Amino acid sequence: MKGVWPILIVDDEEVMCESMAAWLREDGYRVDTAANGRKALEFAQSTDYAIYFVDLKMPGGMDGIETMIEIRRLRADAAIIIITAYATVDTAIQAMKEGAQEYIVKPCNPQEISLLVSRILKLKKLQRENAILRKKITRQYRHSDVVSKNPRMEEILALAREVASLRSTVLIRGESGTGKELVARAIHYSGDRADKPFITVSCAALSETLLESELFGYEKGAFTGAGAQTKGKFELANSGTIFLDEIGDISPKLQADLLRVLQERRFYRVGGGEEIQVDARVITATNKDLADEVQQGRFRDDLYYRVNVIEIRIPPLRERREDIPLLAEHFVERIGHELGKDIGGISEDALKLLIEYDWPGNVRELQNVIERAIVTCHNGMLGECDFAWLEQRLGAHEPWKVPDVPLSELERQAIIAALERKQGNVKEAAAALGIDRSTLYDKLKRYEIAR
Amino acid sequence: MNNLYIVAVGSVASEVMDWLDSAAAEWFPFPVRRLPSLAIPEGSYDAARQQYQSVAVMKALAQTAPRDAARLLGVTEVDLSIPMLTFLFGQAQLGGPVAVVSLCRLRQEFYGLPADDGLLRERTIKEMLHELGHTFGLTHCSEPQCAMSLATHVDRVDAKRERYCARCGTQLAHRLGATNGGSI
Repeated sequence: MKGVWPILIVDDEEVMCESMAAWLREDGYRVDTAANGRKALEFAQSTDYAIYFVDLKMPGGMDGIETMIEIRRLRADAAIIIITAYATVDTAIQAMKEGAQEYIVKPCNPQEISLLVSRILKLKKLQRENAILRKKITRQYRHSDVVSKNPRMEEILALAREVASLRSTVLIRGESGTGKELVARAIHYSGDRADKPFITVSCAALSETLLESELFGYEKGAFTGAGAQTKGKFELANSGTIFLDEIGDISPKLQADLLRVLQERRFYRVGGGEEIQVDARVITATNKDLADEVQQGRFRDDLYYRVNVIEIRIPPLRERREDIPLLAEHFVERIGHELGKDIGGISEDALKLLIEYDWPGNVRELQNVIERAIVTCHNGMLGECDFAWLEQRLGAHEPWKVPDVPLSELERQAIIAALERKQGNVKEAAAALGIDRSTLYDKLKRYEIAR
Repeated sequence: MNNLYIVAVGSVASEVMDWLDSAAAEWFPFPVRRLPSLAIPEGSYDAARQQYQSVAVMKALAQTAPRDAARLLGVTEVDLSIPMLTFLFGQAQLGGPVAVVSLCRLRQEFYGLPADDGLLRERTIKEMLHELGHTFGLTHCSEPQCAMSLATHVDRVDAKRERYCARCGTQLAHRLGATNGGSI
């Protein structure tokens, strides 16, 4: 537990460094030592230490106060304890002025040091907890991409929140572009692993051997070009979450390897003989029908049951058209800001066009379409003309087929559609149909259409 | 690699050595052997503080450790310290083979009280369990009664029992199994 709070001791005297480090290690802390200010800065660059013990008097240019100032420049929140053998009021005042947490005279009573360390760490823990809570809140706001008016989406988000703190594997299904990774992130960041890594692997993008070394890492010399031992994504995701996208695309061999990791939570690096234990929550996603893949013999059934403990199916955008205006406005605001273009919004007509379109590429396609429109837009508002090319695509996407019905039925449907489009305005509907108003009245009577 | 050695650093009463022998044999799965006493290392005395540098004593111990030593525990009457701290009851290499216990501050006499052999025996055994626990990789325990809890004052030593808590005991058994190459 205490290992997560590393401590750095900075003193030119080796005995002082090592004996103090040994004493703190007995308490379970991870402790590093640095012989001078420059070394201390090097260490501080790569590690965010919870506490720095810095000796006031050090030869070679940088004394304790200078070292502290430089550390604080790197790590503004660093807790620094200045140590001195000879206390003077002046140095004490200077140290505290420059931001030392504490100023102590060695040798120190062990109890005093022990209390001091636990007091500082208590504060650090609160600060970290605060940071995590903040991140959670802002993350949730950013998930306005996910938050939608659609009741099915609301159910999905509620489920995601419910399973967030469990370790069960989750399978997210949905067409490409529906936001599977976003939901996976929402699960990770609202659970108790929020401050741990979230690692994404796209299984479809890599060949079998590449994916294998990507997932499990490899030992030096495992294959040509394996110059150094490298950790795989599973190891990197330890104590956090690993998100395996397009799980339906992995080869039978990797399916077997993955099954072993899921069952036993351990694996071997490529070319390695040492078994590695891992605690990673696994979230998978696919746009394939895995049950069907199992039936076809392309996906192992035992792996399917392992990954499919909790299933979340994200509906395609065309099944939740009420979200299109919400998402469109959201993208206009975000992308406009990113591109430095001041776009006021989307016109009614343009929105109607967007709602009618079928979005085979789902939310991602909508986002791209909006981005393209913003780039080419020359006045402050996105209008129908900014999406004209989409209209062509709309036409091309689903050619209209003449239904197999009597001509009278066709006429009846055409009249109803025209009236709906014109909100019941007979004059406009007649004009759109290319007939007289009186002819339209006749036909309404004949087909018994109530206006 | 299968003996637990105990060695006096400077002169230590044979009675104290006997206590440690039998307690060590009770807790650890190694034959307990005694080495001829070691002189207090020259240069370990810090005249300004009137104490002995624990680091120098540990070094001397490490140098005398026999090849077949699973662990080596030094016992001394002198008052030990490190530059940063005013005193130490003992010191150990975390996960390493060498540890030392100082009797100086475990004696009632140090606090101006009449000698108490029974109390000294208890305290010495607790500190031995504590330091040897460190050599098997155990870190401090938050359970005040556990031998592995951190004592920064002799009162805290007295609050401990002459044993490990369930958690530390299990961990120790596990480490001992690994060290001994089998079950204990």
